[in-house]
Amino acid sequence: MVMRQAIGMLRGRATVPLLLALAGCNQQQSALVPFGEEAAVLRHLTVVMVAGAVVIALALAALMAWAVRAPEGRLGLRGGERLILVAGGVLPTVLLLGLLAYSLPAMRPRAVAPADLRIAVTGEQFWWRVQYEPAGAAPVTSANEIRIPVGRTVLLHLEGRDVVHSFWIPGLAGKTDMIPGRRNVMAVRATRAGLFRGQCTEFCGLSHALMAFDVVAMPAAEFDRWLAAERQPAVAPAGAGKALFLANGCGGCHAIRGTGAAGAIGPDLSHLGGRTTIAAGMLRPTEANIAAFVRHPERFKPGVRMPAFPQMSEAEARAIARYLKGLK
Amino acid sequence: MIERLRARARSLNVTLWTLIVPPTVWAAHFLFSYLWAAIRCAKTGSFSTAPGVFWACTILALLVILASGWIARVQSRTPGDHPPHEEGTETDRLRFLAYATMLLAGLSFVGVLFTAAPVLFLSDCR
Repeated sequence: MVMRQAIGMLRGRATVPLLLALAGCNQQQSALVPFGEEAAVLRHLTVVMVAGAVVIALALAALMAWAVRAPEGRLGLRGGERLILVAGGVLPTVLLLGLLAYSLPAMRPRAVAPADLRIAVTGEQFWWRVQYEPAGAAPVTSANEIRIPVGRTVLLHLEGRDVVHSFWIPGLAGKTDMIPGRRNVMAVRATRAGLFRGQCTEFCGLSHALMAFDVVAMPAAEFDRWLAAERQPAVAPAGAGKALFLANGCGGCHAIRGTGAAGAIGPDLSHLGGRTTIAAGMLRPTEANIAAFVRHPERFKPGVRMPAFPQMSEAEARAIARYLKGLK
Repeated sequence: MIERLRARARSLNVTLWTLIVPPTVWAAHFLFSYLWAAIRCAKTGSFSTAPGVFWACTILALLVILASGWIARVQSRTPGDHPPHEEGTETDRLRFLAYATMLLAGLSFVGVLFTAAPVLFLSDCR
């Protein structure tokens, strides 16, 4: 019995560091696995600060252990006062000032040029409106996925539309609130290509936790090609899907470039087939998932603004899904 | 000169009210820093590269804290009976309040410095 308790306690103690270590397994959405310069600076600062805190905590523990064991009167009045002055006043001030001076340069904002790509991201319940605004060219609208060129400075213009959201791509940079009526600007630079993830980090309603997005960092030349293609009207596949999409009034809220659908209430669907997820980072973009979401979005996103279409047959939903999936 | 100042400082009385002067100056400077940055950014759209007003106010805050700390220091050394000063007398209460004020002045001085430091590194309103 005692043995079992001892093993249980040991196991309990081992769990904490193991759980902490598990944080290192996440490659897509982790501030510990940076793919941008800002996040790398933040991770570095975190490591330095935590190491500093551990050293101070250990020194304090050692001092306490010594104080408990030392014979009474060991220091004397003057010695005690000096210890309090040095260990309680001077040392913390110097250490904190040092850490502050060390961390302050990280506050210096990244220099930006007028030619840098701007991406306006608007948080809405419960999805992300994304607009690419390259210098000297018309903007390109997309949604629920952000693509950025590696090695180039990108300006993110962040705003909320209905309530306060918060924009966080842990691997790229720090967290910034999206506040209605106020534009927060963040300058970032990705350092390596890959598929990453961001998440809303300010409670914004029923589906707050289901409001995420994929981030695709791509080599600059590839990004330019992608943006040029994204600008074009969608190439629609053959089939009854398009007619059904328009007949059901989907175009009242959603836009698909090159069709009559020009709604601006919901996410732009122009190149939905090229996206890595649907429903703001929640579902794999399969035809079955799209069809299920079209008929009953509330089953996947409680509180969603999009109405349900229960009257739509499975076959019709499938046809719309095939059409949307084919929009490349 | 110093002797005269010291005599003047001794004639003042540290009370619970003067005890809160240094932290109040610190709080006021803290509030001022945020308001200054917010108003400047809202009105001009750019962060000042040579923020004279800000540094003037910072130096003023530091001077007030220094002065109140120095007055407190003088009063905490009010001569009289031997330590420990732990009796319920007027003099011991004065020494205690003055000593506490002096420590608070030290903390507030560092606090104001810490508050002001970021301005050295910020260069725009983002």
